Amino acid sequence: MNRHVAYTPYHPRWHRQRISTYWWLGRRSYFLFILRELSSLAVAWFVVWLLFLVRAASGAASYQQFLEWTRHPFVLALNIACFAFVCLHAVTWFNLAPQAMVVHVAGRRVPGWIIAASNYAALAFTTAAVVALLLLRW
Amino acid sequence: MEIRRPIEPLLWLLFSAGGVMSALLAPVVLFLFGIAFPLGWLSPPDQARLLAVIGHPLARLAIFVVCSLSLFHWAHRFRYTLYDGLQIKHLNGAINSACYGGAVLGTLAAAYFVWRIP
Repeated sequence: MNRHVAYTPYHPRWHRQRISTYWWLGRRSYFLFILRELSSLAVAWFVVWLLFLVRAASGAASYQQFLEWTRHPFVLALNIACFAFVCLHAVTWFNLAPQAMVVHVAGRRVPGWIIAASNYAALAFTTAAVVALLLLRW
Repeated sequence: MEIRRPIEPLLWLLFSAGGVMSALLAPVVLFLFGIAFPLGWLSPPDQARLLAVIGHPLARLAIFVVCSLSLFHWAHRFRYTLYDGLQIKHLNGAINSACYGGAVLGTLAAAYFVWRIP
């Protein structure tokens, strides 16, 4: 036996049951969980998309080119899919907000539905603001 | 045992801030420019109007903040999706660098494009 037993920072391994890589396909709630987590890819695409738009907006020709590009079937399909995922993200996010945010006013806890409702009100406000800024006649 | 890094709370903070920002703004932007304008449901604003809106200092700041926080939201969530979904723990280092590195690069790109708005 080795008498020079050195300290190692490695912890002994626990026994763990191996789980299939496709564990999330078995149950509806697991599947929805993975869909919700995958919505982050749609969020990333939204940023890339927004930056494309910002870059294209600097010139009349490039803006026209951008608008034509959005009519391409592949781009259109990608955007429709991403819109669906982004909506899933928004709904699940706002519905979870009451659990994540505990607000006390005058010593009493603000009910969850008020927190969720104020989040949806903020969504309605920003949506209306963007539409008004871009589309309404001043 | 995993060593607790003091940066983890900051990453969660960026994750949730980005979650709020993207939930508030992504649906309307993707709907207008991704679906409604290309399908002809609504007519897009002309270039001068769009430029007037996004060129405002507050709009520039908003675009930059939304882009950056949304990317950190993506980085954090996607990292855990790969971790939970695919169980590829041995690639953790590479995944973390790719996700957060991507968010940092995207933040720089956002700053550049927002700066370049005439």
